[in-house]
Amino acid sequence: MTSTLAILLVCQLAGELVARLLRAPVPGPVLGMLLLFVVLSARPRTSAAVENGAQALLRHLSLLFVPAGVGLMRYGPRLRAEWLAISLAVVASTVLTLAVSAIVFEAVARAQARR
Amino acid sequence: MSSVARIWVYLSATPLLWLTATLVAFQAGAWIFARAHHHPLANPVPIAVAVLIALLSATGTPYETYFDGAQFVHFLLGPATVALAVPLYQHRAEVKRALLPMAAALVAGAIVSIVSAVVIAKACGASPETLASLAPKSVTTPIAMGISEQIGGLPSLTAAFVIATGIIGAVLATPLLNLLGLRDWRGRGFGAGMAAHGLGTARAFQVHPLAGTFAGVALALNGLLTAILVPLLAGWLRGAY
Repeated sequence: MTSTLAILLVCQLAGELVARLLRAPVPGPVLGMLLLFVVLSARPRTSAAVENGAQALLRHLSLLFVPAGVGLMRYGPRLRAEWLAISLAVVASTVLTLAVSAIVFEAVARAQARR
Repeated sequence: MSSVARIWVYLSATPLLWLTATLVAFQAGAWIFARAHHHPLANPVPIAVAVLIALLSATGTPYETYFDGAQFVHFLLGPATVALAVPLYQHRAEVKRALLPMAAALVAGAIVSIVSAVVIAKACGASPETLASLAPKSVTTPIAMGISEQIGGLPSLTAAFVIATGIIGAVLATPLLNLLGLRDWRGRGFGAGMAAHGLGTARAFQVHPLAGTFAGVALALNGLLTAILVPLLAGWLRGAY
């Protein structure tokens, strides 16, 4: 478990440094993910050290969004003033994005499989 | 329960009230979710968020005080994002085979997400600041906040929209995808990650490991593409508001 956390934090730190040095529009943890993927590909043995810990962390991924979710309470006044526009836009756009992405994915995957 | 306890061990050496409250509220949400036979509408995140907001309002506690304790949970989002490399590596063969469907779904989904949010909110009379803050709502919080700032939105308002989008996407994904008759775990997960970033990814992992993997890939790719697209579309978006 500690080896997992050490590896994850080293990758995140490296990602943060690269993002800052290159002024990349990508957050450090996303670069850290790419970095860990490269490490795993280059040295498959690392996989054993991170597998269980990473899976334990990902199993509880939704818990990690709770503090940010509670942050919604700070926007009471604006959300109340523009509630209709905001809720319609968020709900409809989320539904459309989900549907379009999944439909296009499946359509292209099928077309590819047929060939 | 035991792995939540394990996460708890490294969360903090000094257990604080709101850290405890966050975990207890989430456990209560998880308990209701289990009682509801894992019905997607009983997602533990909105339950925990509602309980905590009610508790904070009732006790007159400001968000900042709450976050002093809850930040230990929040901090783990970084390492968890890095950890997405593990399922990606394990399923690399499937991901490599699906490059073409992923590219098509990525471009279509990213454009639909940005344009539909701005057009609908504009039609309903939202303010310019709200429109700019809404445009990057489907990507992971740190990317969305950066984009929002760049095009004249309010980064912290964007963070609120991102979370709301994630909760709605996580709740609606399963019923919507079932309604559409889509059965491919890869495409279902990819859609959830495109529309609802990390929360969609968390939901996808609950359903199927392959769905979770593709959701993680979508989260990363959509973050990159939206960061490029929104500033490019900003001229048009500005015309829209």
